[in-house]
Amino acid sequence: MIDLIVFLTLIALGYFVGSYLEKRHYRSIREREIKYASLPTIMLKKPLHPERVKESRLVNGSVVISIDYFKRLMAALRNIFGGNITSYESLIDRARREAVLRMKENAEGADEIINLRLETSSISKNDQKGSIGSVEVFAYGTALTY
Amino acid sequence: MNITNIESIPGKTIVEHFGVVSGSTVRAKHVGRDIMAGFKNVFGGELKGYTELLAESREEAMERMTEQAKSLGANAIVNVRFSTSSVAAGAAELYVYGTAVSVQ
Repeated sequence: MIDLIVFLTLIALGYFVGSYLEKRHYRSIREREIKYASLPTIMLKKPLHPERVKESRLVNGSVVISIDYFKRLMAALRNIFGGNITSYESLIDRARREAVLRMKENAEGADEIINLRLETSSISKNDQKGSIGSVEVFAYGTALTY
Repeated sequence: MNITNIESIPGKTIVEHFGVVSGSTVRAKHVGRDIMAGFKNVFGGELKGYTELLAESREEAMERMTEQAKSLGANAIVNVRFSTSSVAAGAAELYVYGTAVSVQ
């Protein structure tokens, strides 16, 4: 009985707190994406005007994000029936956008970031089989100052 | 030390190659951080402790790579790549590698 109460509490906490935190995070991501829209990030290796480049340096940004209890349960159910696991989609989307934004924050004073690379790795807790749980995204590129 | 992940240093010419330089660190999770991560696993959201841990480890790997390049007499590293692999439960290896060159 107590087990059931704990389980239901965790699900409720995960659902309400988790979806609140996710909404807040998306709001902050959107605000900062508008703020940094003037700093273009491209995947090309060559700068448009190589002769005008004054300075170049490596910049990076990373984030580790975990999924909430409710979504983890939904994903486990999805594993039985198959189909899109939307809860993981939003987790990884948030992590990628956040990592790129942090990289842009680290590129203070730069005019352009070229050769963007994104690296994703899952950090499983206690190495449980098949669990994603939390994901790390690492973004890096070369910041140019004209 | 000039470091980029493209094949050149814009505005400069590569005059000498020194071969591949690399640096790596293997880090284990911290007990205190793991407890906090347990809470976060219920609510979801960023695991700040892990973000910092991995960032510090990458910094150290980069430092090791830079040291190696310096000892070879290089003044720049081009085409840098990062890679992450989990070695054992609770430990991660962070590896960074690139080509040490001399630019003018």
